[in-house]
Amino acid sequence: MRMFWRQLRRSPLAVAGGGLLVMLYLLALLAPFLAPYAESDIDRERFFHPPTPLHVRDRDGRWHAPFVYGTHAGRDQTYELDLTQRYALHWFVRGARYRLFGVLPSDRHLFGVDAPGRVFVLGADETGRDVWTRLLYGSQVSLTVGLVGIAISFSLGLLLGGVSGYFGGWIDTLIMRGTELLLSIPGLYLIVALRGVFPLELPSQQTYLAIVAILAFIGWASLARVIRGMVLSIRQAEYVVAAEAMGASSLRVIVRHILPNTMSFTIVAATVAVPGYILGEVFLSFLGVGVQPPAASWGNMLNAARSTRVLTSFPWMLMAPGVAIFLTVMAFNFFGDGLRDALDPRKTPQGDRA
Amino acid sequence: MRTFLLRRLLQTIPLLLGISALTFALLQLAPGDFLATMADNPQVSPAALEAMRHRFGLDQPWWTQYLLYLKNVFFHLDFGESFSRHQPVFAVLRTGLANTLLLASAAAVVTWGLAIPLGVVAAVKQYGWADRTLSLFAFLWLSVPEVLSGLLLVWFAASTGWFPISGMRHLDYDLFGPLQKLGDLLSHLALPALTVGLIPLAGRMRQMRSSLLDQLRLDYVTTARAKGLPESQVVARHALRNALNPLITLFGFTLGSLVSGSFVAETIFSWPGLGSLTLEALQAQDQYLVMGSVLLASGVLIAGNLVADVLLAIADPRIRHA
Repeated sequence: MRMFWRQLRRSPLAVAGGGLLVMLYLLALLAPFLAPYAESDIDRERFFHPPTPLHVRDRDGRWHAPFVYGTHAGRDQTYELDLTQRYALHWFVRGARYRLFGVLPSDRHLFGVDAPGRVFVLGADETGRDVWTRLLYGSQVSLTVGLVGIAISFSLGLLLGGVSGYFGGWIDTLIMRGTELLLSIPGLYLIVALRGVFPLELPSQQTYLAIVAILAFIGWASLARVIRGMVLSIRQAEYVVAAEAMGASSLRVIVRHILPNTMSFTIVAATVAVPGYILGEVFLSFLGVGVQPPAASWGNMLNAARSTRVLTSFPWMLMAPGVAIFLTVMAFNFFGDGLRDALDPRKTPQGDRA
Repeated sequence: MRTFLLRRLLQTIPLLLGISALTFALLQLAPGDFLATMADNPQVSPAALEAMRHRFGLDQPWWTQYLLYLKNVFFHLDFGESFSRHQPVFAVLRTGLANTLLLASAAAVVTWGLAIPLGVVAAVKQYGWADRTLSLFAFLWLSVPEVLSGLLLVWFAASTGWFPISGMRHLDYDLFGPLQKLGDLLSHLALPALTVGLIPLAGRMRQMRSSLLDQLRLDYVTTARAKGLPESQVVARHALRNALNPLITLFGFTLGSLVSGSFVAETIFSWPGLGSLTLEALQAQDQYLVMGSVLLASGVLIAGNLVADVLLAIADPRIRHA
């Protein structure tokens, strides 16, 4: 295990990917605190407001604590800077009430400016909601869908793959034909067809569960096939025969003796598979049949950005969720690659004996 | 070869049956009674409703319904009635399928047209600046989701005005001459095809590179060089031909995945293919249309895999006789 960490730390990409992932999940966890506003805090005066850069010098060249300028709305969602209005950035300000981690009640936010000023780190969307705030709240949906979905479908895949490989015979045939079936329907079509099983209009919490269920239902198949192959070879091992001879039940043999030996593969496969789940949610919400506004998700933020007028005039609406998705997928890919190299038994660890 | 083909064809039958059973089960699980919604629809006559009920045995138990559905689909190509479009599902799907296949083929041209030359350049100039740049690009590109690259292309098209952004045809398409029609179609096709085709590019390019590198290490290449052939001849005449072999089977598999890949591009660019149809059908709760398009899309995927196997069997006699 210690060797594994050493291996992992040696790959700079894995470290970068892992670090980025820790940061992203921390951001999601602390979203209500890091966001200056509430998730769907609408500002009717500031539709499509551009990002408000922080300044430390005013136009006369005087230095100040960080501040943002106020703006006046012009025609067609254009905004003019008002250089006479300065709103200083305050730390740990009071704002909308929320519960941190779902339990701790608080109304402190990391930063904010005094009303009537507004700080839009990444601009505002079509109803004047802060894009940075929605990006943080959206990450709670998009990032957890991957983890929850993976947890369910990999438990399924491990168990069914294990059972299939261990028992063989008609059980094996049945399960393997089932996986073939799922794998021969084009993924996105299957997702959409499964979405039809649930009512289109659902509260956001139930939509979330529906999405997880859909993605988990699809995801177990490919893993089950590989696990089955591994189990077929492990089944012959002496310690498995020994466990059977000692009278362990089949389920116990599978879960306690066989599956742990597929773990290193499973962990890598799970890490590499998470982006697929995240993109599944993005896909459904982008098409308008996933998480619905006012609840935020990266998918429905992209959906709001898809018209040509928004793309050309308010590009931050595309860039914010787009970059977030790109970074997340990349972090998982880097980390997964690093894990694979570190766990690969064929690779001889160099200089690790010291 | 004939027995191989026959065996592979027979294997697809239980698969198609299974998929139809699954889609049928999904139809049964879907909320709401679509006959009731149809009965509420003033545009649907009671007689048509009765005909429908009879044709699909909607008043009978589910297993009779399933058998009837199977019979209608496989023997009469009758996928039922589209409620939202008041047309037989198959008529709706046929144009959608043709458009999707057009898009997927164009995307395949993009993928392979770029992947092969780029892969060759990367392999021939291994560790040169071109190879390094391409590797870096491939590495980063793997993390760009299709939704994002598609929207970036829309952004590009909208700010330059060089390409139409949505649909398949210009409004005055019918008034155009034949050449103009072709040009119009191609300009509409360009961006969706680029969106779909660029997604597998990184992977294919890397495969082309490693496949060619494998060949360049072999003895026959050394022989060719030793007898004084110029390097370009060695690569083009000898190594490249053998290097393409492993990619042949990938080509078939890509065909299948391009159908799934075109889903996103179709919805972004309003390309009237199977994907757009499926989404519309889902939103309109048009169950038979959803089922039909899923079935058809799976058919394309299975056909793609079949093509891959057959191509491989042609290229490699060991598989044929296995």
